[in-house]
Amino acid sequence: MPDAHLKVFRGRPGEPSEFVDFDVPVEEGMVVLDALHWIQGHRAPDLAVRWNCKAAKCGSCGAEVNGRPSLTCKTRLSDFDLDEPITVEPMRAFPLIKDLVTDVSWNYAVNRTITPFTPPENLPQEQWRWQQRDVDRVQEFRKCIECFLCQDVCHVLRNHETERAFMGPRFLIRVASLEMHPIDQVDRRQYLKDSGGIGYCNITKCCTEVCPEHIKITDNGIIPLKERVADAYYDPLQWAWRKLRGREATGAGTELPVLPAPVGAPPPPAAATTPTDATATESAPAQTAEPAAAGTGPARPPRRVRTTKSARQTAGRKDAARAPRGRRDGGAG
Amino acid sequence: MAISGFETHVHDVLVVGAGGAGLRAAIEARARGASVGLVCKSLLGKAHTVMAEGGAAAALAHVAPDDNWKVHFRDTMVGGKLLNHPRMAQLHALEAPDRIRELELWGAVFDRTADGRISQRPFGGHTYPRLAHVGDRTGLEMMRTLQDKAVHSDVDVYMECTITHLITGPGRIMGAFGYWRVTGEPVLFPAKAVVLATGGIGKAYEVTSNSWEYSGDGHALAYLAGAELIDMEFVQFHPTGMVWPPGVRGLLVTEAVRGEGGILRNKDGERFMWKYLPEDRRQEYAATDEEAERWVEVTAQGRSSEARRPPELSTRDNVSRAIYTEVKEGRGSPHGGVYLDISYLPAEHIRRKLPSMFDQFKELADVDITRGPMEVGPTTHYVMGGVRVDAETGATTVPGLFAAGEVAGGMHGANRLGGNSLSDLLVFGARTGAGAAAYAARNAASAYVDPSQAYRAARQLSAPLEREDGEDAYAIQRDLQAMMQSLVGIFREEADLREALGRLTDLETRWQSIKVTGGRMYNPGWNLVFELRNLLTVSRAVTLSALQRTESRGAHSRVDYPEQDDRNWGVINSVICRGPDGAMMVARSGVPPMASELRGLLGAAH
Amino acid sequence: MTSIAPPAAQLDRPASPARPPASPIKPTGTARQGLFATRRPDAWWIEPTIVAIGFGAFILYSLFSSLVWEPVFHVPYEAQGYLSPFFSPLIKPDWLPWWFSPAILILWIPLGFRTTCYYYRKAYYRAYFVDPPACAVGEPTIHSRYRLEAAFPFILQNIHRYFLYLAFIPLFFLWLDAFLALRQEGVWRIGVIGALMFLNVALLTGYSLSCHSFRHVIGGKMDCFSCSRGALLRYRAWERATWLNIHHLRWAWASLISVAVTDLLIRLLAIGVIGDPALRF
Repeated sequence: MPDAHLKVFRGRPGEPSEFVDFDVPVEEGMVVLDALHWIQGHRAPDLAVRWNCKAAKCGSCGAEVNGRPSLTCKTRLSDFDLDEPITVEPMRAFPLIKDLVTDVSWNYAVNRTITPFTPPENLPQEQWRWQQRDVDRVQEFRKCIECFLCQDVCHVLRNHETERAFMGPRFLIRVASLEMHPIDQVDRRQYLKDSGGIGYCNITKCCTEVCPEHIKITDNGIIPLKERVADAYYDPLQWAWRKLRGREATGAGTELPVLPAPVGAPPPPAAATTPTDATATESAPAQTAEPAAAGTGPARPPRRVRTTKSARQTAGRKDAARAPRGRRDGGAG
Repeated sequence: MAISGFETHVHDVLVVGAGGAGLRAAIEARARGASVGLVCKSLLGKAHTVMAEGGAAAALAHVAPDDNWKVHFRDTMVGGKLLNHPRMAQLHALEAPDRIRELELWGAVFDRTADGRISQRPFGGHTYPRLAHVGDRTGLEMMRTLQDKAVHSDVDVYMECTITHLITGPGRIMGAFGYWRVTGEPVLFPAKAVVLATGGIGKAYEVTSNSWEYSGDGHALAYLAGAELIDMEFVQFHPTGMVWPPGVRGLLVTEAVRGEGGILRNKDGERFMWKYLPEDRRQEYAATDEEAERWVEVTAQGRSSEARRPPELSTRDNVSRAIYTEVKEGRGSPHGGVYLDISYLPAEHIRRKLPSMFDQFKELADVDITRGPMEVGPTTHYVMGGVRVDAETGATTVPGLFAAGEVAGGMHGANRLGGNSLSDLLVFGARTGAGAAAYAARNAASAYVDPSQAYRAARQLSAPLEREDGEDAYAIQRDLQAMMQSLVGIFREEADLREALGRLTDLETRWQSIKVTGGRMYNPGWNLVFELRNLLTVSRAVTLSALQRTESRGAHSRVDYPEQDDRNWGVINSVICRGPDGAMMVARSGVPPMASELRGLLGAAH
Repeated sequence: MTSIAPPAAQLDRPASPARPPASPIKPTGTARQGLFATRRPDAWWIEPTIVAIGFGAFILYSLFSSLVWEPVFHVPYEAQGYLSPFFSPLIKPDWLPWWFSPAILILWIPLGFRTTCYYYRKAYYRAYFVDPPACAVGEPTIHSRYRLEAAFPFILQNIHRYFLYLAFIPLFFLWLDAFLALRQEGVWRIGVIGALMFLNVALLTGYSLSCHSFRHVIGGKMDCFSCSRGALLRYRAWERATWLNIHHLRWAWASLISVAVTDLLIRLLAIGVIGDPALRF
């Protein structure tokens, strides 16, 4: 097979950078990262490349190959015309560290500002029941491997200065995975509007185009979030309706997917965050879920428990008192 | 406390490694009030746990109501050929369900059963469908969940930082020394307790499913600090790795493919696993193709089947040897593997249950697994051996030093069952975090770092940069991997192992004179130097242990001793420790005694 | 070498504080700035060019046809019982001045619907605003304080759903037109233009029902799909809307073309350039 001609970016901040030419022998099925490894092993041992799994599962090896943000571990050399040189450069939206490595720590700082998953306090986990269809959407977003290619390609982050922060596609779908979770209780719409800068996104879909996990970031994540933000802030009729009913809740309210507790048995407390007593003996743990599990021969329909999402205040916890009352009203089936 | 010239971060508990076990330990130690630092070699969330695909084994009994911790315990012990630490296996089986449910409480989104609970899938060696899963990216889901939990509970995370030395004081651990990969500058972490959660040793081999991070760091650090390693001869070769194209050789093909009904065939189309089922367990497997097919059909609907499982779901050690033998005897595929076929199932089902496998083959090998078979062969996957720890707290034999996850030994015995590692790292991650926090609380005096140790470590770090001339680190690594692959691979024999020891000595000598070009800043050639030290250390440990165990058991197969020798080796763990002269020693020790009620549980199987 | 510990105050507080924590602003990278700056060697400019020409052609034609053609050139928008889709429903009180086309009373609805449509936004932001022209391709650095849909005027894109609701009104009349056109002066007819009217309104319906806002309103706004019988019904509807939504781009282009072609044929019929081949009975 012919050699591939790679032009690889080399440089550090504050120093003149250059594209260095390397001729790499090609094997069948070779990907760009293989070529970079060959260069490390044979030509430039100090070439900085960030990578981990080489299986498109960890999202470490993002770079721009021929100007397109790509995972180098799944960009195959056979997809290119090997007579032409292939340029490899770092992700350009982030500050350079060295060669193909950039400083992506900003992304971690953004992630920390997102309110984490918050289940209802008064519903024991044993009663949680939801169907695959309820979590299909969330699971799509949770496929994200945090390669930050979407952040890199997003023109708002790449080409513009903004007055306020814009969290970028990765974190919009992270919020989407929480907002669409069937049992999460926090309303993050004000956060999305004010701190996340969702209005800066003009849905030009480059994030979706580069996503190596094929997540439909724009259609399934960002646009539904924009619609949810519109529900809360840009929909005069819904606003009037909320005023009329004297409630801060949005239209439909939210029902929780739960199973009623077995008759007469007070629900066991939800498994605490502190699991192991270092001196624990073999007795307790495995039994905790038994009562709920025992009650489920045929699948019982989930009981409706209605709570409301506070629209105006972020982090408005759903009215905590409602759920148990709803359960009693119905008489445990 | 600070030593001039060193950036210093003080913590009660320092966790080395931010995979599942490290994160879980950090969360637990933090929840118990310790100040926690978490160090990882790469970015947070990239750890090898994200590669885990199939699921986490826990006797939730959602799919098979008959399942319980006792059956799980028995499966684990039988799979481990009874070399497991019985108390660890027991705690693991007991606590795994709670650890899984706790993940859901923290936001993990598992696949569901028809009645709305966490779904479970069958896996090799497990009597019942038992693996909580998220398609075939369970590890990623767990990592994201733990990662978010950790950063929202005030754990200090130090990313892209390599620990190269543990700092010891009189009779205990005092912290760790490392360097930032980005700048190359040294950094000190004085700590009352150190938790090692560094994963495995796969990079000692040429064909492996492991990432570069798996260089046996924790094994070597613990060994050098005086801790004992056990069971190091047991290196698991996963039966199904990709074999083609060369760039992805060794890449994991999840066992879930077989769990969902994948069939192994040789080049003649023969379903060869029928031939390799161990006689004493044959009754657990289907008798005919029809029964196996019925099992697949029923299980795909998430129900428990009266049919028995297909022969492909035998334990990993057995399937690996079967594939190896088929290929060696000339019945392999063109690229030196065998065929794994799931394309007889509906394409939609395959894409939903094995989405990342579908993508992986489509994008990396141009194979559509809904239409044709995959080519697979064994790949180095996991090390059962590791640092000897206390079952309750994860404490090693060095006070203040703890270990959890793959780096800890004992839990899996001679062979690990699929799905047991994800639950292992949750259960023992939590226990170790608690143990380390308790140890730190008991030792209120802050850690004291002996400056001479820090200076010595810093000098060792710079040495390869200052040499005028010397060996190339990449070349040593290539030679080591080729040597281990051919001499200490799936099948071993005395002459090979002795030769390996000699070659290791040569490689160690070459390591002494490595020369690195290009400075400290994000220099992979330099970063490789200390990973090589660790790889050389664990390679010797594996080879010595393999040489000592004159029998075949679980993942350890000796050509010269093909039989399992229960009389001499049935209850013996091999132990690696540092001798008084500083050389590596191998010894034997009895498997910890089993409580009588546990023995009773095994009776049902024996 | 980055420590990513959260501020201590965040410990043990699951719900966010009254004001959400501010995201930090991204530090500047090394992307080359300037219009069309890129290292992509492929023909990235083809797609935005086609879009720009396609939209341009439609806009020119529709403006001419709806505003100018009849008042100035006296080419009727109705012929043999077929009404041009630009003019339906026809509202034409006697006091309208001669130069005022009745299309103006209607056309703002589909115009607003399409202007605020999530697909069209993507297309015209790329093709006309070069914001960005294509993925990883540079932009003119004229607006360093970028605000776009977070500020006026583009914040108005958020009322897309109201245009959706309104769009069902002309849609209803277009269906009515199509059915009414089946019978003219007591004679049933099935012809090319009649069929085209059905095709056109079907495509327009597909475009409306594949709208992202519709998908949201019909069920996407719910967090739990199986919590009640009503939720399950809405889930089924959402599934269908999702299925249509995947092809929103195709619906948008197909219906755009079909509207223009239907109008054109009716005009040509009116001035006798073409006839109306049809089965009459």
